[in-house]
Amino acid sequence: MTAIGRKKRKKESWIRRDWRLYLMLAIPVAWYLIFCYKPMTGLVIAFQKYNIFKGIAGSQWVGLENFRFVFGMRDFGIALRNTLVLNFLDLLFGFPVPIILAIMLNEMRTPKIKRVTQTMLYLPHFLSWVIIGGMVLEIFAPTSGVINATLLRLGLIEQNIPFLTDGNAWRFTYVLVGVWQSMGWGTILYLAAITGLDMNLFEAARIDGANKMQQIWHVTLPGIRSTIVVLLIMNVGRMMSIGFDRPFIIGNTVVQDACDVISTFVYRAGIKNNQFARATAIGLFQSVVGLVLITAANFTSRLFDEQGIW
Amino acid sequence: MNAQPRPAMAAEKKKPLGKGQIVLIVVMCLFVLICTLPFINVIAVSLSSKSAILRGAVSFWPVEFTTKAYDVIFSDKSMFRSLLFTIEITVIYTVLAMALTILMAFPLTMKRLHGRKFFMMFVVFTMYFSGGTIPIYLNIKELGLLDNMWSLILPGLVSTFNVIILRNFFSGLPYELNEAAYIDGANDFQVLLQIYLPLSFSSLATLSLFYAVGKWNSFSDALYYITSRDLQPLQLKLYNLIKGSQAVEVTVAEGNANDLSASVSESIESATIIFATLPILVVYPFVQRYFVAGVTMGAVKG
Repeated sequence: MTAIGRKKRKKESWIRRDWRLYLMLAIPVAWYLIFCYKPMTGLVIAFQKYNIFKGIAGSQWVGLENFRFVFGMRDFGIALRNTLVLNFLDLLFGFPVPIILAIMLNEMRTPKIKRVTQTMLYLPHFLSWVIIGGMVLEIFAPTSGVINATLLRLGLIEQNIPFLTDGNAWRFTYVLVGVWQSMGWGTILYLAAITGLDMNLFEAARIDGANKMQQIWHVTLPGIRSTIVVLLIMNVGRMMSIGFDRPFIIGNTVVQDACDVISTFVYRAGIKNNQFARATAIGLFQSVVGLVLITAANFTSRLFDEQGIW
Repeated sequence: MNAQPRPAMAAEKKKPLGKGQIVLIVVMCLFVLICTLPFINVIAVSLSSKSAILRGAVSFWPVEFTTKAYDVIFSDKSMFRSLLFTIEITVIYTVLAMALTILMAFPLTMKRLHGRKFFMMFVVFTMYFSGGTIPIYLNIKELGLLDNMWSLILPGLVSTFNVIILRNFFSGLPYELNEAAYIDGANDFQVLLQIYLPLSFSSLATLSLFYAVGKWNSFSDALYYITSRDLQPLQLKLYNLIKGSQAVEVTVAEGNANDLSASVSESIESATIIFATLPILVVYPFVQRYFVAGVTMGAVKG
């Protein structure tokens, strides 16, 4: 048989052999095309004077006009700043807590109490932001809220703390609630990393006379350093993206200048006010910067740990 | 001398808690309290009278006990309709999402598949880049799905993260198994249905739970796409309720509204929060371990 004939035969045979696999793939691939890739082509309206009735084909191209307009908006500057500030505060206060909690959980020698503790700590992660937001609104409310009421009764404050109605106080509340929601769940990866450590190291440290604190400092922490570094870099890589639910639900119009972030700004401009092209321009800007950051983060973490996220 | 260490060890076993352990337990109890007290407060508020709430007298125990708020909710038919609707879309979503996730992950496991790398890239790319809120919204609009039940199901159907978790799990199954099956004349469908799926029960359970909880808690899709009241999932309904009372609270904070109107919704709001959280709280203790397993599965490099 000639080489070409063999090649052709081979081609036919893998299709005949694997058509079932391709048939399986067809359904999810169709979904990806319609719901992921088609919207990506919709990004071109960022460069158009988009008219929803004319569609992409009929709308006029305007180059970077939308970007120029958006970057000149006062509200966009605020949303960008808030996105970065809130993400930074989240990282600063939210990042160390799960590490400390994981180490403490790992030191617990009472399995039953430990299990109950873990169950309770994970719980907030499973609640929707709407539910958490509702609780926040009640708990931090002036006078009727339990925190202000208790502080007033104890005489620690003379006036209500405006947890939800003052810019800086609101930022505090936002970060506090975020830490509350994610601290328990965040321990899981660290716990897994600690469990994977070589027990002989602890044994050796103990024989050398290291106490608990020294063991944690010299064995546990160095052991999970790569996990910490990778997660930290990944978090920095996500600086530009911010979820919608949390700032949108906890925020309110009184603290607009503190709580308006890119995701809520895009929602307001695009879906509420039908400024589709401009909102898309913001989204595209955010995606591109985010992509650059996450790629850089993934690359950096490879340097540290040989493994990126995938 | 030989017997000496034994009683010592036995004594240690009887008294296992050193000072350090007790301090640790106390500290962890504080954290547990931090996680649970907000619920207890909300429950207490939901069972207290208006005037007690307004005075700020309610902390962790109902004051002037009343179930009025629950009566209001349970007599509100729209709340139950919303609950049923949320259950309906969560079930449909989870079933479809699992089907598509399996159909994507299984062929990607097969090393002999031509174009496997391409399909992998095709899937992973969507984790790094997406059209974003507005193009996705316009896509839904073009498809005619706005204010339609399917706008809550289709757009976020497949999670690429879950596809990769499942693919990694499938890849970990011994290859000899399906080799034997192929020699016995089984085709890919049979291998998937009769070998892979039965062997991955716990992974499938985990991913189903990820999908189900995600859908149950999802809010922004309904906010973006749904306008009619009949199609409001529980989260959106709850949000509208909270937003209504928050508007009042803000005006109260600014000192130009009467306090009474705020309290009308305070207890009802709390009761609704409890009502919407209950399904999660009921199943949570039983399924928690699957979630934990899922997180560590996701961390395994593919």
